[in-house]
Amino acid sequence: MNWIIWLLPVPPLLAFGVITLFTNKNRGLSHVLGVGAAGLSWLGSMVVFISALGVEEFGKHFYESAINWLPTGETWLRIGVRIDPLSAVTLFFVAWTIFMIFIYSIGYQNYGQPEGDHDQPGLPPHGATVSEHGHKHKVPSVEPMYARFFAFLGLFAFGMYTLVVSNNLLTLFVGWEIMGLCSYLLIGFWYGKPSARNAAIKAFMTTRVGDVFMLLGIAYLYSATGTLTFSEIFTEEMLAHLAGISTPVLGLSGAGLIGLLLFIGTVGKSAQWPLHVWLPDAMEGPTPVSAMIHAATMVSAGVYAVLRMFPLLSLDSGTMTVVAFIGSFTALFAASIAVAQNDIKRVLAYSTISQLGFMIAALGIHAYVAAAFHLVTHAFFKALLFLGSGSVIHGMEHGVLHSGDHVDPQDMFNMGGLRKKMPITFWTFLLGGLALSGFPVLTAGFWSKDEILADAFGHGHLAVFFTLAVAAFFTAFYTMRQITLTFLGKARSKAAEHASETPLTMTIPLIVLTIFAVGFGWIGVPEHFPLLGGVLPNWFHGFVGSTLAEHPEALEFSSIPLWTSIGVALGGLLLGWLVYRKVGSVKQDFLQIPVLKNKWYFDEAYDFLFIRPAGWIAEKFTYLFMDRRIIDGILHSVARFSLFLGHAFRNYFDKPVVNEWIGDGTGNLVKASGRGMRKLQAGRIQAYMLVSMVLLVLFALLYYFLMA
Amino acid sequence: MTIPLSWYLILAAAIFCIGLYGVLARRNAIAILLGVELMLNAVNINLVAFWRYQDPAMMTGQAFAVIVFAVAAAEVAVGLALIISVYRRRMTVVADEIDLMKW
Repeated sequence: MNWIIWLLPVPPLLAFGVITLFTNKNRGLSHVLGVGAAGLSWLGSMVVFISALGVEEFGKHFYESAINWLPTGETWLRIGVRIDPLSAVTLFFVAWTIFMIFIYSIGYQNYGQPEGDHDQPGLPPHGATVSEHGHKHKVPSVEPMYARFFAFLGLFAFGMYTLVVSNNLLTLFVGWEIMGLCSYLLIGFWYGKPSARNAAIKAFMTTRVGDVFMLLGIAYLYSATGTLTFSEIFTEEMLAHLAGISTPVLGLSGAGLIGLLLFIGTVGKSAQWPLHVWLPDAMEGPTPVSAMIHAATMVSAGVYAVLRMFPLLSLDSGTMTVVAFIGSFTALFAASIAVAQNDIKRVLAYSTISQLGFMIAALGIHAYVAAAFHLVTHAFFKALLFLGSGSVIHGMEHGVLHSGDHVDPQDMFNMGGLRKKMPITFWTFLLGGLALSGFPVLTAGFWSKDEILADAFGHGHLAVFFTLAVAAFFTAFYTMRQITLTFLGKARSKAAEHASETPLTMTIPLIVLTIFAVGFGWIGVPEHFPLLGGVLPNWFHGFVGSTLAEHPEALEFSSIPLWTSIGVALGGLLLGWLVYRKVGSVKQDFLQIPVLKNKWYFDEAYDFLFIRPAGWIAEKFTYLFMDRRIIDGILHSVARFSLFLGHAFRNYFDKPVVNEWIGDGTGNLVKASGRGMRKLQAGRIQAYMLVSMVLLVLFALLYYFLMA
Repeated sequence: MTIPLSWYLILAAAIFCIGLYGVLARRNAIAILLGVELMLNAVNINLVAFWRYQDPAMMTGQAFAVIVFAVAAAEVAVGLALIISVYRRRMTVVADEIDLMKW
């Protein structure tokens, strides 16, 4: 079994390499490779998951295998794979959503449509003119960088699979960073748009803040324990050792500080307050990307990482309080923004932040299983909603091209009445929306959200309970607002009148995800639930709970959180429908409050607090003062001094001494002596001979008289 | 009564001086060459005379004389050929006028 786990991340990576290097000119071959690779990984994941179900006490006898990787002096840094109950369920939803999103991308990027009239790489396709039966009309055109899209998706899938199957923090972090890179590449996929470029940079920079802290946490953990493998860290002795270390930071224990640092990584990756600002802007990317990165997998990875490190995190109550606070605050805060957004994808983006807040809050109050449960159900219904919104946008774009009416295809106030035009999208989106708002009993979202609320209430975290209940009410409200504005009532623009249902490659993934968005909740029904409890075993609790050393107790049933959760879900849905069923234009929407519209001015605040000071320091201090004045000043003085020295040498040494005296002097001397000597070299051999004879005679005489 | 060695030496010296004069004073290249030949032959007389008077058993003196003959013959052959060649081009055999390589 272990070899399959090792191989799970490989096919998408190979697809990425092959598409990039060889098949990038061929659209069909590229998507066959991409989807095929995702399918292979999906198949492997299912094999692993199903065989994991058959293992007795899987929490103790999980799959693990490791190899030596980096020599670190005497020891080795080991990396390996591990599938335990938590990663098995994560693998399950990751495999399904990734596979579905790959298939969906074929339709979304208009495979099979003609090339656009003026399409350029780096910009969304603008449509192509086709003449049919003698008259011309516009149809959607194929994405110019189709193959590139599948290559990036492949690399992304590789990162996610690596993260899930890792048995240590190091390869988890590697997968984490690969996804960060892919997120940057895919948000900026249409790099011709300035907004997409800025969003890509913003996402990368913001998550970087979290990642740096996470890396610090990993480094601290490694220096404290000498290992990064989960099973070695989560032993009782090691945890006791970590809890016993005292640190100078805020009086936290070693475990608390490491947990906090790792949690900051999650805050960045899962877009929690105060690092949430990148996720809404990331909606600039193509919608499958929004679904994959910003709903189903990458942001889930942040929650997955803290779930993974839960035994460590839960050692320090201070850290857990921070986690619970940030989670519940984010849940409410993001939900309050979502109610005032008009862009169909932005609503979902804030909803994602809010739902991730639910999970983090659940984790902060030790509701481990509830957090994991909500992670899985949320991944399904949020992927469904994003893909559904992509389908809506796609249909709207079709309408825009058909009617020639240039309206924003993402603005919900341009939609309306799409229920009839796009029935499959409507029904799947409706079920996804109900799951998100926690529609009682029927949908998966109800069971997971109810479990979080029940845990919060049952363990006496009333502040968290109330916050999350209010957030859940907002959730139901903005979901219904979205559904009402988009699908119900009458069309508010010509484009919406001419919208059409999307191709099968897009609707089939929607249907598949709907099955999970509804059905996945049924495996986690609490045992003491009225009527239903006990009919279906609470499989999820037993399975995932066994990951922890101490099996979490199933909670006593209490009717207060149950009625609260039913009440806020139905109340929010009803209110949303009542308020928005009559709203015809954006002017009639009473929620267009500036402070909510502008997301509590966080972007402006960050701009004022960080970006502008950073810009000011870069401009005034670093550039003008440091660089221009000090560094350039030093360089200029050195240059000026050198110039002066050079002039002096040239004028007072080189010219008179070297040039005139040595250079010209030697030459002149040689010339003069040559001119003199030339007389001797008359070229008359007889003259030479005469001289030599005379000299010979002279020397002979000399010799004779001196020596004799 | 034998002729003493000094007579030969005086004869050789006289011929050498005549040859030297010819080499130094004549302008005609052929005459210069003749002078050189005279000097070589004066040397030959010396060689043969010394051999005869000093150590007649050894053949070295005669051998040297023969080598000088051969060298002189070769030298004359080359020299005359050069002079003829120069004469054909420049219509002169006066050494001073053959000044192609002079500054």
